[in-house]
Amino acid sequence: MKYTKESYKKVVDEHTPKNKMFKNCILAFIFGGTICTIGEIVKNIFISFFAVPKDDAIVMSSIFLIALSAILTGFGVYDNLGKYGGAGTIVPITGFANSVVSPALEFKKEGYILGTAANIFKLAGPVLLFGYFASFCVGILSLLFK
Amino acid sequence: MNYIMSFVVGGLICVIGQIVMDKFRLNAAYLLVSFVVSGVILGYFGIYEKIVEIGYSGATVPLPGFGYSLAKGAMEEASSRGFIGALSGGIMKTSAGVATALILGYIVALVSNPKRK
Repeated sequence: MKYTKESYKKVVDEHTPKNKMFKNCILAFIFGGTICTIGEIVKNIFISFFAVPKDDAIVMSSIFLIALSAILTGFGVYDNLGKYGGAGTIVPITGFANSVVSPALEFKKEGYILGTAANIFKLAGPVLLFGYFASFCVGILSLLFK
Repeated sequence: MNYIMSFVVGGLICVIGQIVMDKFRLNAAYLLVSFVVSGVILGYFGIYEKIVEIGYSGATVPLPGFGYSLAKGAMEEASSRGFIGALSGGIMKTSAGVATALILGYIVALVSNPKRK
């Protein structure tokens, strides 16, 4: 079978996105899984070494991950990880911290208040708004239908 | 065992995110918003609680887990304080993480400079 330029391109187009998506999914699985496992390890360290109650330990481990991700973003490491990890670095809470820090860094040149402080909510703002809105609706629903 | 389940469940949630991103060509911000809101909805129906029982940190670390604690906080507070609780509960439950992200984010932005791409 002989390929013309067009038919070859068609074949390439048919195959590339699918393969890329599969590879992306594997990478997302590995990165996301690793971040969650780190969270679980930190949680268990807090429970067994610092005798923190379980609910607080979950909060402490997310604080640890947020801090870690904020610092890594400052060094420019997290964004490099994001190139490989895709959704695996966006979906965990570390991705949320990254979305707070990176616009804050990016707009630093516009000043500490109108640049950094104003843009810190650029990506996190919508997330918090919709999250709080939805949680309010859920709270009201739980009052109405006990 | 907890670690394996965390890895698998956390990984799977991220794979769902990746598929949604690639299939619908969604921007990261839309993905974050939709995951938090779906976490709230799943939390309301008690489905996410089951996922947390199976997946431990694999379910609490990804953003639907953030939505789940929003929903949990709002429902707990609403049952004890009524309308005010519904307003404040979700925010109270997640305030520690959000405050950390803001405070540390600001400090990091002060001390470091954006990297050239």
